[in-house]
Amino acid sequence: MKKFSMTFYDSSSAGHPFVEEFQALKAYRGLVVQFVARAIKTRYKRSMLGVMWTMLNPLLTMIVLTVVFSQLFRIQIENFPIYVLSGQLVWIFFSTTTSGAMGEMLWSGELIKRIYVPKSVFAVAAIGTGLVNFILSLLPLLLIALVLGNPLRLAILSWVVVIILLSFFSLGLGLLLSTATVYFADMLPVYNVLLTIWLYATPIIYPLEIVPQQWHWLFRINPIYYFVEAFREPLLSGSIPGWDIWLPATAFALGTFLIGGLVFTSKSSEYAYRL
Amino acid sequence: MSNINITQEQKPVILVDSVSVQYRVPHEQLSGIKEYVIRWLQNRLQYKKFWALKDVFLDIQRGEFFGIVGRNGAGKSTLLKTMARVIKPTLGRVVILGRTAPLLDLGAGFHPELSGRENIFLNGALLGLTQKTVGHRFDEIVAFSEIGEFINAPLRTYSTGMVARLGFAVATSVRPDIMLVDEVLSVGDTQFQEKCLARMNAFREQGTTIVLVSHSMERVKALCERAIWLEDGKVAAQGKVSAVVGQYLQAL
Repeated sequence: MKKFSMTFYDSSSAGHPFVEEFQALKAYRGLVVQFVARAIKTRYKRSMLGVMWTMLNPLLTMIVLTVVFSQLFRIQIENFPIYVLSGQLVWIFFSTTTSGAMGEMLWSGELIKRIYVPKSVFAVAAIGTGLVNFILSLLPLLLIALVLGNPLRLAILSWVVVIILLSFFSLGLGLLLSTATVYFADMLPVYNVLLTIWLYATPIIYPLEIVPQQWHWLFRINPIYYFVEAFREPLLSGSIPGWDIWLPATAFALGTFLIGGLVFTSKSSEYAYRL
Repeated sequence: MSNINITQEQKPVILVDSVSVQYRVPHEQLSGIKEYVIRWLQNRLQYKKFWALKDVFLDIQRGEFFGIVGRNGAGKSTLLKTMARVIKPTLGRVVILGRTAPLLDLGAGFHPELSGRENIFLNGALLGLTQKTVGHRFDEIVAFSEIGEFINAPLRTYSTGMVARLGFAVATSVRPDIMLVDEVLSVGDTQFQEKCLARMNAFREQGTTIVLVSHSMERVKALCERAIWLEDGKVAAQGKVSAVVGQYLQAL
């Protein structure tokens, strides 16, 4: 099979577009780094407290919800602040990377018409940027957990696996949405509405216990539920979750990545015509 | 034995083999999902298809200076884009041997908010150059583009000429095997145009192949050996530059 090369091009090469795309991506890894650096730089350039600003919104949500649930609903949940904050970090990563992939794809339309780049660099760069922000926000999360008397256990090392799985899931969905956004310009606002519904359908800002048992099947068909659970569990209980969490999380991650990657690459030679 | 060597040396570095490109334009601009679904249900999704290129054949040898002439909308830029991997031909095949520097639009890939310095690295990465390579060539790029102390200012403060100069300097910072040049020499002042031409000629002496799209017949005649004349996406004439340009000018 022919490999992607900067010095040889055959438009009728028989290689599979999915494989070729990732070979091209490897050759253009420097571009991914440039895109990520650009996004991080423009975000934190003007503020020394950049990371703090990123955390401000989830922290405020955490405080408000803790007061609401403990004072108004009189529901006592152990570690509720950490429960809310950790769930939000997973959600922020997922929502910003997927909508970021779509936005970059739209923004880069003029570029794609003028110069060759592997089309998936935009989605991959969105994941890279999300990862940097996610890792930066882990420090405040761990600090707050310690301050609130939550002991840190070795089980949090399993986060590495959670983050990898979540990245593959988000990349797959981001590629799928990027394909859609090439054909339908209003896909991005539609997706933002869907994200709001999706957030409320996931136990992130409310305790699982307040949802009646008959509705719990809704969580079991929700991929984000598994990633949120796998991320929270080591912090809240100090133990690694069981296979009932890992298996669906892995299946959703790899399945979405494969579907998204295949759909995206099967259409990617049309993008220069369409955007 | 010697025959084989000759044929190998004469293997074209650019082969455009019976290439056709079809654009599909919807009758009306459908941008929304709702509209699309309604039309689809009514089975009224119709596209106007037109061939931007029809059965074009070209083979360009190593070290050649090749011209593409024709009226606006004749398919010149589309042809160049199929060589630059930007557009995949609907029919036919394009084979390129060597590293290609596309000079289709010198401002493409620059970010207005980033400084000239940051843009050099970004644009280098877009062209597939590594950070290290761009780092080594950095001073030379700045010198050639004559940007001076503006290098640390955001790109939005640059004039069109400065952007074009920077774009040309980055794209040609490492000698490419193939240069695809689309009218870009019309930007910038005469002095800079001369500088660009001098660099292109120097590259060519070292074996670079150059494909030039231009509306200036004097320039095409002065630079190119062979040329192609495109008319409505089809090859109207092909061969020695003087003959092709002569035929084209007569038809105007």
